Formats: sequence, C-alpha cells, structure tokens
Amino acid sequence: MQEAIINKAKELLADGRVDRVIGWKKGEFSYDITPAVFETAEEIDAEFVCNDFTSANVSKYLVKETKKDGTVLAFLKPCDTYSFNQLVKEHRIDASKVYTVGIPCDGKLDPEKIKQKGISGIRSIEKDGDMLKIDTVYGDETLKISDAMSERCLSCKSRKHVCYDELIGEDGDVISSNRFDMVEQLENMSAQERYDFWRSQLSKCIRCNACRNVCPACTCEKCVFDNDDSGISNKAAADSFEENMFHVIRAFHVAGRCTDCGECSRVCPQNIPLHLLNRKFIKDINSLYGEYQAGADTDSRAPLTDYKQSDCEASVVHERGVE
Amino acid sequence: MQRIGVFVCHCGTNIAATVDVKAVAETLKNESGVVFSTDYQYMCSESGQNIIKDAIKEHKLTGVVVCSCSPRMHEATFRKAVASVGLNPYMLEVANLREQCSWIHKDIATATEKAVILGRAAIAKVHLNAPLTAGESPVVKRALVIGGGIAGIQTALDIADAGFDVDIIEKEPTIGGKMAQIDKTFPTLDCAACILTPKMVEAAQNEKIHIHSFSEVADVKGFVGNFTVTIKKKARFVDETKCTGCGLCTEKCPMKKVPNEFNMNLDNRTAVYIPFAQAVPKVARIDPNYCLMLKNGKCGVCSKVCSVGAIDYKQQDKFIEERYGAIVVATGFNPIKLDKYDEFAYSLSPDVVTSLELERLMNAAGPNGGTLLRPSDKTHPHTIVFVQCVGSRCDDSKGKPYCSKICCMYTAKHAMLIREKYPDTEVYVFYIDVRTPGKNFDEFYRRAVEEYGVHYVKGMVGKVTPRTDGKLAVQASDLLSNEQLHIDADMVVLAAAIEPDKTARPLATMLTTQMDTNDFFTEAHPKLRPVESATAGIFLSGACQGPKDIPETVAQASAAAAKAIGLLCKNSITCNPCVAHSDELMCNGCSSCEKVCPYGAITYIDKEFRMPDRTTAIRRVASVNPAVCQGCGACTVACPSGAMDLNGFSNSQIMAEVDAICK
Repeated sequence: MQEAIINKAKELLADGRVDRVIGWKKGEFSYDITPAVFETAEEIDAEFVCNDFTSANVSKYLVKETKKDGTVLAFLKPCDTYSFNQLVKEHRIDASKVYTVGIPCDGKLDPEKIKQKGISGIRSIEKDGDMLKIDTVYGDETLKISDAMSERCLSCKSRKHVCYDELIGEDGDVISSNRFDMVEQLENMSAQERYDFWRSQLSKCIRCNACRNVCPACTCEKCVFDNDDSGISNKAAADSFEENMFHVIRAFHVAGRCTDCGECSRVCPQNIPLHLLNRKFIKDINSLYGEYQAGADTDSRAPLTDYKQSDCEASVVHERGVE
Repeated sequence: MQRIGVFVCHCGTNIAATVDVKAVAETLKNESGVVFSTDYQYMCSESGQNIIKDAIKEHKLTGVVVCSCSPRMHEATFRKAVASVGLNPYMLEVANLREQCSWIHKDIATATEKAVILGRAAIAKVHLNAPLTAGESPVVKRALVIGGGIAGIQTALDIADAGFDVDIIEKEPTIGGKMAQIDKTFPTLDCAACILTPKMVEAAQNEKIHIHSFSEVADVKGFVGNFTVTIKKKARFVDETKCTGCGLCTEKCPMKKVPNEFNMNLDNRTAVYIPFAQAVPKVARIDPNYCLMLKNGKCGVCSKVCSVGAIDYKQQDKFIEERYGAIVVATGFNPIKLDKYDEFAYSLSPDVVTSLELERLMNAAGPNGGTLLRPSDKTHPHTIVFVQCVGSRCDDSKGKPYCSKICCMYTAKHAMLIREKYPDTEVYVFYIDVRTPGKNFDEFYRRAVEEYGVHYVKGMVGKVTPRTDGKLAVQASDLLSNEQLHIDADMVVLAAAIEPDKTARPLATMLTTQMDTNDFFTEAHPKLRPVESATAGIFLSGACQGPKDIPETVAQASAAAAKAIGLLCKNSITCNPCVAHSDELMCNGCSSCEKVCPYGAITYIDKEFRMPDRTTAIRRVASVNPAVCQGCGACTVACPSGAMDLNGFSNSQIMAEVDAICK
C-alpha cells in the first residue's frame, strides 16, 4: 500500500499536476509519526510513510496549505474525507487547490494501547493474520490486533470516501457502528454520576490545547480562548470548574460541525475521552432533527443552522435536559 | 468610566409592596460607576422623568438605569426623556423589577435581593453601552391581506379606501370564507349571503384590491415596511384571465360524484366546478383528484365545451414575488373534527350533524334547497336536540380549553329559525352556561326561550345511540331538576368548538409572529394593542387571533386596517440601531451566520487584509446590511468564532450581565 501511495505521489509531482504532497513522515520510532508536507520525490523517498500508525487526519493542514500558491496532493483516509468536505463546506479550504487521493483504511493502531500492555522498546511491528508480531529490544512479543486498535477505529462509522479525485484500492461502505454505546452508558447514569465522571475525566486536563489544535472543526482565525476581548480566556483560569468548562464550550462550538473523526481523543496526552462529548451532540442531533452526518456532503444544511417545520419544538429539547 | 444614575420606581404599590425600593436604591448606590441613585413613586410620570433629566444635567450622567416595569412598557418613554437632555437614548437600560420580580414573588426579603441583582446586571451592561444612532428605511406603499373571509375582505376594503394597493391571498378558489357558508346571522336574522356578497363584489371591483384566489403564501422575507412575499398561485387548470364563469363546463362534466366541500360534503359537485353562485372570482377550477382527464388522460369534455378556451390541463403552480409594507393575517377558523366524540355518534349516523352542516341544510343554496330534511331519509325532523360546548371548555385532550364564543348565539338562532319555520318541531338545547354578552344578544336568546318555546336544559348529553327505527336515543341529565332525560330525537346538532385554520402555524413561522398554545395568533398587548402582532408590520384580523362573531370580526378587521394604513402613510420608518456587525479579523467566512439569518441581511465578500507579516491576503468575510438586519441576534449565536456581535446586546454586555447576576 505504501509503495502504491508513494508512486502516486511521485507521479503527480513529476507530471506537474501537484506542487506539494501532504502525508506522513517517519519519526524516531516506527509508531511515532507526524503529518508532513513534501515537495520533491527525494524527500518522499527519504521520509514518506504510510502504515498502521499513520492515523493523523491531514485535512486541517489544508486550511493553511491552500492559502499558498500551487496545488497540494492530500492522501485521505475515509474518515478524513468527512473532515475535508466539512472544511470545504465552511469555505475554510479552497478545494480547487487540492488534489485528493482516497486511500483505504482498515483501522489504525494505537501505540499507547500497546505500551499499556507492558510492551516497550518497540523496534518494529508486523501484522500477521489477526495478530501483531512486535519486535522489541527485549525480544519478540505478540498481541491481538483488536487489542491494539485505536478506540475510534473499533467504532469506525465509515469506510467509504465521501469525496476524492482519485482512489487507491477499493472503496468501502458506510458501516453501522457501535459508536453511541458509550454515550448511552453515560446517559443512563444519574446526573450526579455523570457529573462525577466528567469532573474526574476533565480534571486530568492540562490545557495543552492539543485537542483544539488538531480538531478539523477548530479552524477559527482567532479562537475565543485566545481572544482577550472575548472575556473567556480569563474566565477559564478562574477555578478548576471553569477550567473544565473549556471542553464543554469547545464541544458546543463544534456541535453540528464535528464529523466524529476522533482526533481530539487520539492526541490527548491525558487520555480524556473527549470524543464522547461530541458524540453526545451527534446522537442528540440525530434523534431530534433526523440523521445527519457532518461532512457527508458539501451542500446540505446542518440541522443547527437550518429550520424545518418538522423540527421538534424547543420544549421537547428542553424536557430531555431535565432529569 | 461611566457616570451612572439609578432610578428605582415604586410603580405605586406594584413594585413597592413586594420590593423594598429604598433599600434597592441605597444598595445600588455602592455599585462601581453609580454616582446618583434615587427612588420615586412613578418614574414614568412627568415629574418622574424630570428627576431623571435633572440628575443627568446635575451629575453629568453618561448612563442611566431605570428599575421599573418591563422595557416593553416604558423603555421608549425613558429613551425620549434622556434624549431630550442630550444623552444618547441607547445609554439607557431598564431593569424589569415588576413583571420579572415584584409580581412573581411574595417574600419582600428575597424579592428585594433579586431586585438588587437585576439592577446590578443593568448597571454592568450600561458600563459597556455605546451611543447608537438609528437610521431610516422606506415603506413600500402596498399591503397584503392573508385570508379572504369577511375579516380579510373588510380589512382590504378599508386599506384600499385609504388609497393604498392591497392584495388578498385566499387559499380556496373563491373569497368569502366561512360567512359565505352561513345561512342567517344573529342577532338580526338577516341573510349572510345578502350582506357578504356585496362586500365580495366591492372587493373584486375595487381597482386597488388585487385578489389572488387559490393561492398560498410560500415564503416571507424582509421586515416592517419592506416585506418580500412569494405567493404560490396553485394550478386550477383554468385560465383565470379567460374564464367567464358561464358554468357550461360544470354542467357538462361527466364526473358528478365529487363531495361538495362548500355544502360540507352533504351533496356532490362536478370535477370542474365553481364553489357557489356568487363566487369571487367567478372562475372554475378543476379538481385534479377527480378529473378524468387529469387522472387518466381520457375525457376533455370541459375543454371542448369552453367557448373561450380557458381550460388548461397543463397548468402548473406559479410563484410570484411581491413587496409589501404591511401584512394583515386573517386566516380564520374551522370547526374541530368530531371523530373522537363517539358518545355523540357523529360518525355513526348521518342525522348527527355539526352546526355548520345545519347551516347548509337550512340554506336555500344548500343540498335540500332550504328545506330542513334529515340527511338519512330526507324526512322532516320533529325532534331536534342541540348539544352545546362539543369540544369547547374542555379540560381533556379531546377538545379545546377555551370557549368558542359563537356557539350559544348561533344555536339560539338555529333553534329560533326552526321553531319559526316548523312550529311542529320540538327543539332541545343542552348547555353548560348560556353566554350572551353582546349588543342585543341576551334579548335574542330570551326570545328563543320565551317567544319560540325552545327547551333549554342545563346539562350535558351523555350518549346518543342510533336506533334501528331511525331515531336517535339521546340520554342526558337535567342538572336543575336533577333527573335523567331520555329523548327520541330525529336529529342531533353538535356545536363543535372552533379552532384556528391549520395553515396558521406554518404561516406564523414564516412571519416570525407568536402564537398561543391553541395556535391563535398572539396580539402585542391583550388590552392596548389587540390588532397588532408583536412583530412590527404584522397585524391581526378576525378569528385567527381568537374566537369571534361577525360583528367583532368586522370591527377588528377595520381596526387592523387602520393600523396598517397608519404604517403605510409614513414615507419611512426609524430603523433599529441594534443591528449585527462582524469583526472581520475574526470572521472565518464559514457561512453559518448567513444560513441562520431570517432576513437575508448577511452576504460574503472577499476582502484584502494586511497580515502581521506585512503580506496581504484575501479572505472571505461576512458583511451585514444594517438596513435589512433586524437585530434578532441569531447570527451571534451561530458564529463559532464570536466574530458576529450585536450593537446594544453585545456578547461582552450579556456576559457582564450574567457575571453581575452570578456574582
């Protein structure tokens, strides 16, 4: 797969169809991978990588990349295409400056999960059936793939690319996923239990802002949390409860626009299940205003910025919030 | 730093009885920026206003907080007062200590505490207020009346009389509404058609009135003085401009078994039809659900017999756009459906009818040519039982909680007319109360009882059972003599509750007007502004606002017309300066605000910006047209980056208020 992708990138660069390529670059370890922009075939040969750890969603990087001259080639996994569409819809990406190539994905691995199994000193990882063969400095280890798979990939919503100029491999389908199971568990808690759950989770937050910085829905020219005039940034520092509200406010800001790509939880160094806040909104929007998937297209009107006579009355929404 | 004056009103005892106003004035004196604080019995009085004016001059106030009634009452009064001494009127804030505090609390200590909090919030807001200047926008000199019943017709006639063009949109193929279906009118017993049809003709002949029959409102944009309305002219498959209303097509149409809605489905009409003889416009319509040509492509008789070639089987719905300065809603009412009332056997026996059906049964143009006959066997009924309040004054979910207001009177009318014409008929009226407040109404009812010998029985009918011999067994209780009654009736007439027309709710949404829980339009003030909606430029006429009889409807229709004329007379109206604007440096150009703007006030422009690194970049940013923006604030909520803000209600002002309340 990596070879086909690299060849495609070099081919498009060579014939001048694109000027830059956005993909992933090797890090210090095989699982330590970051998004990167490549301008030459040499750079690609040297550093380009696409493997079981290239989870990062590169769509958000196109906000900046499409402000520059020239066309950029982006390799998009199915879930990334939803983010890409949503950004096009919000006029944050100039789609005419992007050449998108859809690449298949059957789930990415989470290095944190592997480490949690007590496996360290990883040198390389190879798939073997439904098992992983891990070569570590302390010897060979094996692990079931499902035990190492990213949480978000275990509840994958779609293997279908909702947009692409070209596709490598076969396109998949939208899949019926179990992604709302955990939200349901939270809903079944008492208000106090739920409050305690979120306080304990959100208290871990170190306000590194990684979730916001990686989120493809968080592309504001100036985030309200960075804007002293908004009066919000000072507030967040007032006490620990206000601090916790950061994530709740952020979830409100991306409500109806979040495509559920799961990047927020992936990058959280404290492993806070932030995606659950967004999923709660998605579940509520689906049940109150009809099924809606942000980023599934570029022209439909999102439920929260649209009004239909069939929309449920505000009182119904209100009643659901009352315990 | 602002220099703020606080003025606490007693409102007689309205506020002072529950709120310690002196303590409020005293406590608020200590708030930052407050340089003067006082209380007075009636701030809205001339002397009260003078206290404010004098304080502004003496203490060089830059901001004013009046703690009084709802700003809906006297904000305008106080704004004028502060403006008269040179302060910008938008430097004033009203803290609502009456509707939101004294009226809803009993305990003086807690109400006083809350009053202080509300005052604090207003002070916090004034600190961030900025002077605003209102612009002006022109008024389109044309009115729209939605609904062509007696209410709509009267409103249109009055507006046209004042010299303004007015359009009537009527969803049915003819104007006339419910009054056209009524036989006689109370309390004078004159023929409804005889007094209505001259008005219909007058409307048709008036050059200023333009009737869009068989049309609906598809979309409403804009605001007071400048509404843009899309009218859907539904396909009637007959060219209105050609049809002469000769009626030949209706005679020749082979499809003769179509339920006739004008006669409450008690007889049949043809597939191509003119609703009734005096219809305006007198133009035929083809009912596509029954027309053989439109259904199967086989027939075409009407087209062959039409000498002017008016039949057009290919006609499509047409949309036209028109601009109006004022809109009058006159969507009227309907009797409720009675399918839930099994106890009265309405769906079991054709001889159980609603009052409106009885109107048609008694009408000369009705199914029996004006002779009252039982629908089942066309014989004269000798015992008729009227049941009042069917679905009115109901506390269960089947009916309506309100009194339908017209039933007592029309039932007295029916009873009287029947006794007059058929003296051998016994008439029973079962009632909860008889309500006759109106000029000559009680006299009318007493005549029914005293002169015409109608049996009025206080009590409710419990059950109506159709018997095999064709009679209706009526079981009822007489509450005054406390006995059970069993009456063998030939007919039972149900005074069904009335409800607003089903088109009213979607219309209210389009017009952004308010409705009550029963879907009646809400007036701006129940006593002082009864014909205006809370949305500027939208007026209410007739039963869409609440149950009404014809005299009341006509009076309200003329009142609504007067209000509309008052608006159309103006060349321009003062705009609201509290409009939205976008901070272009923060705007993402995401289009969220554009999508939620109900007025189409937001557009996007590509604008060149100097970036921090001395380069220039072209960015897509939102731009608000202040002449179109109505300051609803929907955009400020939708904006993810907080770039959209509202003058007079800025995000920071609202945050300051919330902070002051939560302090």
